[in-house]
Amino acid sequence: MPALIGIALTSIFVQNFVLVKFYGICPFLGVSKKLDTALGMGMAVTFVMTLASIMTWLCQKFILVPLNIEYMQTIAFIVIIAALVQFVEMFLQKSIPSLYSALGIYLPLITTNCAVLGVALLNVRTASVISSSTSYTLIETIINGFSAGVGFMLAIVLFAGVRERLESSKIPKALEGMPIALISASLLAMAFLGFQGMSF
Amino acid sequence: MIKTIKNGIITENPTFMQLLGMCPTLAVTTALSNGIGMGLSVTFVLTLSNVLISLLRKIIPQKIRIAAYVVIIATFVTIVDLVLKAYIPALSKSLGLFIPLIVVNCIILARAEAFASKNGVLKSAADGIGMGLGFTIALSIISAIREILGAGTILGHSVGITSPATIMLLPPGGFLTLGVLLGIINVIKNKKGER
Repeated sequence: MPALIGIALTSIFVQNFVLVKFYGICPFLGVSKKLDTALGMGMAVTFVMTLASIMTWLCQKFILVPLNIEYMQTIAFIVIIAALVQFVEMFLQKSIPSLYSALGIYLPLITTNCAVLGVALLNVRTASVISSSTSYTLIETIINGFSAGVGFMLAIVLFAGVRERLESSKIPKALEGMPIALISASLLAMAFLGFQGMSF
Repeated sequence: MIKTIKNGIITENPTFMQLLGMCPTLAVTTALSNGIGMGLSVTFVLTLSNVLISLLRKIIPQKIRIAAYVVIIATFVTIVDLVLKAYIPALSKSLGLFIPLIVVNCIILARAEAFASKNGVLKSAADGIGMGLGFTIALSIISAIREILGAGTILGHSVGITSPATIMLLPPGGFLTLGVLLGIINVIKNKKGER
């Protein structure tokens, strides 16, 4: 159990997916102008990341490894993620319309969010800490996928808060828009650097 | 033809003008060699996927085109991944996961959708080369700045900076370099607009 908490804390803070590992920068910069859209995107990503981690792990374990075709990993995973996103979208639309109207517009964007493919690949490439296996076990995978998503949500929500403040502040003309956003992201990343000293 | 290439390198530079493909732009640019390696890998995938998608543009049904593009791109990325692992293992190691992640680099899908699916083979190839080189040049600039300031070296050779600022190699340095560069580009753009 402590090992699992360690994985979760590492993915959320120490190795934050966005601010330390640079996965998912496109939505981080693109969908962070408003706090509520950032929250929606964060939740959608967390949801898909958790599901995608499970599906890709199962695919790796029961299809790719037994058939000895691990080199198909990238292709197989991206197809699984694309299909999964499509499926989630249809499922939400039919059965939970309220959630769909909140997350719906972000779902198609998630296929090309490299954080999702990134976490899927990391899960099958990182050595397990609770067993002697060379990759994460299913439980570790679920924890890692979920907490990586939470880390993404944390970063994008913090950043959206900063950007909302930037809207009303005086900024040199040349730095307006993206440049100042990137410089604030730099300061935010510096704050997350403070977690580096901790290792679980 | 040359105009299309120039368009990709300068007027519509994918990194500085369109802000596409930000993940590798920030993540791998800690050393010039990584930047160039990443840039050339993307150029290779972009050119070939543009050519193939342009060839198949009349066959791929409209509704599943994105899925088809992604599979085509993933195939070329796998080729690059395996080739780098076999012949340049050091580069493959330092780029790490970002090689398979070229699949979800928005530049490639954006060019497939916006250009290759509407234009002929030669034009699409030129567009791929232009955009790829534009990306490579942008990555080289960013990684050169970060390597000089952060490690005091360029391509591994010392440039005589005695106390390099390691923070430039860490994530904040990536955001900062790109932010300042975009600011400088804005100044140049505004100057040009006034004239």
